[in-house]
Amino acid sequence: MKRFMAFVRKEFLHIFRDYRTLIILFGLPAAQILIFGYAVRTDLTNASIAVLDNAHDEVSSELIMKLEASEFFTLSHNIKSYSEIDEVFRQGKIKAVIVFPEELSARLTRDGNVTVSIIADGSEPNTASLVTGYTTAILNDWSATLTNKVTESLPVINTEVKMYFNPNLESQFMFVPGVITLILILVCALMTSVTIVREKEFGTMEVLLVSPLKPWQIVIGKVAPYFFLSLVNVIVILIMAWFVFGLPVMGSISLLMAECMLYILLGLAIGILVSTSVQKMENAIFISFLTLMLPSLLLSGFIFPIENMPKGYDYFSMLLPPRWFVEIIRSVMIKGSGFSFVWKETLILVLMTVFFIVLSARKFKVRLGEGGK
Amino acid sequence: MNEQKVIEVDSLVKKFGSFVANNNLTFDVYKGEIFGFLGANGAGKTTAIRILCGLSRPSSGKVKVAGIDAAHNPEEIKKRIGYMSQRFSLYEDLTVSENIELYGGIYGMRMKEIRTRTPELLSRLNFTGYADTLIRSLPLGLRQKLAFAVAVFHEPEIVFLDEPTSGVDPITRRQFWEMIYETAGNGITVFVTTHYMDEAEYCDRVTIMNEGRIVALDTPAALRQKYGTASVEELFVKITRPKKESV
Repeated sequence: MKRFMAFVRKEFLHIFRDYRTLIILFGLPAAQILIFGYAVRTDLTNASIAVLDNAHDEVSSELIMKLEASEFFTLSHNIKSYSEIDEVFRQGKIKAVIVFPEELSARLTRDGNVTVSIIADGSEPNTASLVTGYTTAILNDWSATLTNKVTESLPVINTEVKMYFNPNLESQFMFVPGVITLILILVCALMTSVTIVREKEFGTMEVLLVSPLKPWQIVIGKVAPYFFLSLVNVIVILIMAWFVFGLPVMGSISLLMAECMLYILLGLAIGILVSTSVQKMENAIFISFLTLMLPSLLLSGFIFPIENMPKGYDYFSMLLPPRWFVEIIRSVMIKGSGFSFVWKETLILVLMTVFFIVLSARKFKVRLGEGGK
Repeated sequence: MNEQKVIEVDSLVKKFGSFVANNNLTFDVYKGEIFGFLGANGAGKTTAIRILCGLSRPSSGKVKVAGIDAAHNPEEIKKRIGYMSQRFSLYEDLTVSENIELYGGIYGMRMKEIRTRTPELLSRLNFTGYADTLIRSLPLGLRQKLAFAVAVFHEPEIVFLDEPTSGVDPITRRQFWEMIYETAGNGITVFVTTHYMDEAEYCDRVTIMNEGRIVALDTPAALRQKYGTASVEELFVKITRPKKESV
């Protein structure tokens, strides 16, 4: 045990002496949380819109006021004619132009309906669909009150949408679990594979293997600090999420931490497996990035919904640990679900962990010849 | 020289599939001896060292290191030997004293003992004042000397040096060999591989391996005399390439 502790101590020294490791360990999570939390938003605030008001009557004024009053839009232009529309879009600041037809209120009273055009900048499809969606909602809202006032005879189906668990559809609710998922797999798999391969590359692994340390002690000693630091990382991210975005953990914190530990263990096992397969640090980084980071980012359901994927991708994503972990952590953090709701995903992660540990233990042995016990 | 055997190898065979890496090796190494192990790349040196260090098991034959059977108890051997390889073995991002503490710790020394003996080791190497210097900022020659001192810091019975002077300048090599003599004088057996033939002359006895077999084993002087050559280098060329010579 004393031998082992001397070894673990050295591993901590490596980490704390290398500012690059520290940046990846602690800078990256903070940066990701802030980037995803603030910059990459799928909800809408203060989008610039322009209005082409051909009516200039009380209805159009009222609607413009409504639009302006909402926190989603800023009315930055009043344009005079259709020919200006092209120009404002080309300037790029305006996300949508709302066109009110002539004699808006007159036609509304006469015909009972009228069409308002919403022209959006389609070069940014996400923003465009959000802007048109929000505008439509505001206009519908207004016409609904009108319908109720004027004619009570018109039967209309009113839909009332309520977003369960996330009433304001805040995108941080989606990103914080995603960031934890990504960071853990990155830190665990990438960093451990690199730190083990580094010993091989510098020839120090040979010296360690000749020493009285047993091979499993070497591996555990190398990854133990990362296990510990990853847990610290999770706590830092959760605290940040709470203070910066007001995102509390709805479910049991101990369940959340236990699931995180399982996932960290899985990441470490993958890292060890990668380290037994390559001889150079660059290869370790490359493999970890290609096989873990990108698929995790794109296929885990963290950003793009799994439901929208073609069938093949859907099955492929089942092989990715992050897919299951995102599911678990969303349930526990945001829905406040207990273990009985996530046991299936947990079981899958446990099986994956066992699989990777067994596989890497066998590979480690083979690589040593018949050496290790 | 002491007649106590610290390494006993009898009919050692190591096969990888049908390839015979070590073919019937038999030799003894005595306490306090400097034992040179020569051979071209692929001659089976590395395989033999791995077995002696407890990293690999013999296919057949008897191997005892420090009185312990290498086939049955390799982990016990590891505690009693020191090892230094041609490839650099100290951690560049740790300081001199941190490296000493690490290896001392791995070999089961008490922290207190490590702390009291470190200054003594540093002064012997003329390293006093370097305790908190990162290895990275030391020149290669100093690192190699330090690596050797660290390899014998826990006072093993035998130290294995695998081409320890590769890439080191002649002056440092000379100093390095002085350290080896001093170590052997303290009763630690030195088992060294090298491809510098002049270094072979410094050994008490040398073994020359070729294609998995031991083709010569004696003191450098006796070997020179037997084969009628002026140096071990000439001798090495002569006996590892017999076919060329006979044509």
